[in-house]
Amino acid sequence: MAAVAREKLQRLLESAFPEATELKVEDRTGGGDHFHVTVRSPGFNGLSLLDQHRRINDALADPLRDGTIHELRITTRGTE
Amino acid sequence: MSELRDKIQNVIETEPVALFMKGTPQFVMCGNSDRALRALREAGAPVTAVDVLPDPAIRMELTSLSGWPTIPQVFVKGELVGGADIVEELASDGELERKLTDALGSDYQAERAETVVSVT
Repeated sequence: MAAVAREKLQRLLESAFPEATELKVEDRTGGGDHFHVTVRSPGFNGLSLLDQHRRINDALADPLRDGTIHELRITTRGTE
Repeated sequence: MSELRDKIQNVIETEPVALFMKGTPQFVMCGNSDRALRALREAGAPVTAVDVLPDPAIRMELTSLSGWPTIPQVFVKGELVGGADIVEELASDGELERKLTDALGSDYQAERAETVVSVT
């Protein structure tokens, strides 16, 4: 079950950020609901940290809303 | 419902630094809320905290106002700064103190009070 949730987030992020040069979803506790996502993408270049995180939140809107994600940590980077 | 929304909006607009969190600064109920609070404390920010836990409607209204889905949420002078990761990252390179100075003036650390307000 835990692995299913992680893979679901990974797929959502991969489809939202096909140009990402790094994309990682860690299950922080092994329980399948505390995640740390890391995305490095040229699409983030020139965006504020707030807007970068907004794009992650948008990509993960469904699992954030339905409770799949209990706690989310986000690390984003541009490529410049 | 709209009265709650008005109260939340009022906190965002009138408090220099508003932190919507799980728990209170004295009794933090969530790791991310704790990280945001620590970062703000280290920057010497005057924090006005709102506990979102007493009523699920607080979080719903807050998210509909801010467009930000998770807790905590930090606002400086009415503007969303972000959640724990952003505040921590801004604090680590001095950007948070610069932001606070720009928004509140160079003597903002003199206020340095922690206040808890209730919106319910």
